[in-house]
Amino acid sequence: MKFFKHDLEHMNNEGMENVPMEERRRFLKMGLAITGVFAGGTIFSTMSVMDKVFASSDDFTAKYPYKPHYGMIIFQNRCVDCERCVAACGETNHVPHEGYRTRVLMKEMPDAVGLKREFIPVLCNHCNVPQCTRVCPTKATYKDTTNGIVMMNISKCIGCLTCQEACPYNARYFNEEKQAVDKCNFCWDTRLSKGEKLTACAAACPATCRVFGDLSDKGSDLFKAVHQLERPVWVLRPEAGTKPNVFYTKDTAAVAFK
Amino acid sequence: MSNGAESAELTLNALESLVTARLKSGSMAYYSLLLLCGVAVLAAAAAGIHAMVVGHEKFYNVYREVPWGILICTYVFFVVTSTGLCLISSIGHVFGNQDFMPIAKRSVFLSIATILSGFFVIAFEIKIPWRMAVYNVISPNLTSNIWWMGTLYGIYLAFMFAEYVFLLLDKHKPAVFCGFSGSVAGIAAHSNLGAVFGLLMGREFWHGPYMPIYFIASAMMTGCSVIILFHILGYKVNNEEMSASMKNALRVTSKVGVLLISVILFFTAWKMLSGIAGQPAGKYEAVMALLFGPYSLNFWVGELGLGMLFPLAMFLGSKGTNLKMMLIGSLAMVVGIFVMRYDLVVVGQIVPVYHELGVNEYKHLLSYSPSLYETVIALGGFGLTGFLFLLGEKLFDGHKVEEHH
Repeated sequence: MKFFKHDLEHMNNEGMENVPMEERRRFLKMGLAITGVFAGGTIFSTMSVMDKVFASSDDFTAKYPYKPHYGMIIFQNRCVDCERCVAACGETNHVPHEGYRTRVLMKEMPDAVGLKREFIPVLCNHCNVPQCTRVCPTKATYKDTTNGIVMMNISKCIGCLTCQEACPYNARYFNEEKQAVDKCNFCWDTRLSKGEKLTACAAACPATCRVFGDLSDKGSDLFKAVHQLERPVWVLRPEAGTKPNVFYTKDTAAVAFK
Repeated sequence: MSNGAESAELTLNALESLVTARLKSGSMAYYSLLLLCGVAVLAAAAAGIHAMVVGHEKFYNVYREVPWGILICTYVFFVVTSTGLCLISSIGHVFGNQDFMPIAKRSVFLSIATILSGFFVIAFEIKIPWRMAVYNVISPNLTSNIWWMGTLYGIYLAFMFAEYVFLLLDKHKPAVFCGFSGSVAGIAAHSNLGAVFGLLMGREFWHGPYMPIYFIASAMMTGCSVIILFHILGYKVNNEEMSASMKNALRVTSKVGVLLISVILFFTAWKMLSGIAGQPAGKYEAVMALLFGPYSLNFWVGELGLGMLFPLAMFLGSKGTNLKMMLIGSLAMVVGIFVMRYDLVVVGQIVPVYHELGVNEYKHLLSYSPSLYETVIALGGFGLTGFLFLLGEKLFDGHKVEEHH
């Protein structure tokens, strides 16, 4: 160590002009490599954050455990709040006036550039990790093992309403006529089990705002809409950790920044 | 029925005349109070059955976004009280601390009375209670905290009932066994009730391990206040002078009460601070509503003032001997603890699940205030506890406990 220090102290500065070109290149390359590793890491970590936000990380999308694995993607910008989906749902599933299985929410931004308001249709997210089925004391609500739909067995519902507390999407209500909690079941009993391909809300939408389909089918419009990088895809309340099967997106933004 | 041997030799006729004589020994004030409590229970039952038949939605103020109201608060209050009574009284007759022995019988009796009051109220809150009786048994969901809570409270009630019977018969060993099993079942059931709230991922005000832990500590605090309150009242009902050992038991109970109020003050301080620091989404809005918003009167006056600081001052000031101060302190504490349960349940729901989305429909906090029917049913729960307490004082002759040395 002593000798090393001695050597360093007695070295002469050779000056930059004496460094051969090759040496300079080598140094630059090394610098680039180090920067590259850091930059790459940053980009990589950003991408993994992106995956989390958009709920389409590889390990999640690779596993659609149900066959068919029903899901929906909502093109938020296409919704004009005509509420035909709400009406069709109510009619098809005999939803009483005081309740709803799906609804259209309105977000207003008076100071926004361009559009000042948008509409957000909401419904049961048929989560992969549903809170509602975990908390139900009597298995009155359960995740169907074949198609992943979160179903109700109304004869077992005791009306404790814990599922309503547990749902991060306000998708449940107590139906006085049925004397049980009621919720969206992707029109399973009224349409899908009878051979229809779409839910009532998706079929009624004049703007193809709601794209319903099978996420386990790589050829389906739904799968393609969820698995791409050109448009952001997100879910509501990802922090609740429920891994929803209802996704949201928008057609590429129309606002031009000058 | 002052001891086992005697009661075993009693004929039915003698027992009947003994009980009748005891029941007839009450004052006019006693019978008036008994009648008042009875009327409260009947009114609650009438309101509850009417709502059940005609439709809950017509008479209750709970709604889709706030499905749990004052009836759940009252249920939580009563089961918290019952668990607390069981735990505090078990320090003596289960774990052998002689100081706590004299309060055993009345506390176990009251723990049964309060849990029955809890069940009475929840029966009118649950929409289809008879389905629960069937499907809790034939279709249990083992991941559900509600299922565990219901089942464990059923077991708890059975143990507490058996324990009381053994205490009456003066059979010490089986009473200790039942008391211990009841305490274990009670802690398990009650922490599951905490988990009913604490394990809901979408409800930030409740979510986390805090609730099950807080529920147990809070139950013990409640137990102290109710033991002091009902023991002093019990002696007033029977118009008897308190024995030295009973006075000592209440002194020790008030000491434990001071400790547990301090524990809950500590818990509450950190709960509030954790809800403010960094403004955690969902939780911050709820905590601010509690501290400075529509629930601030409840929090500062009800929870903190009546529930903790005033009784703390009273218990400390009484030095465990001034029964009047302890009575006033414990009464204020019971009222304050009810407000705590109300805030815990209601404030947990006032932040809409879509609040963060910024949509018009859920920009503002939700509100809830109990309807007439809900209030009548909640009062009926208190009526039932009062009725059973008053009846028990005469029927079981002041719950006198034999000394075991």
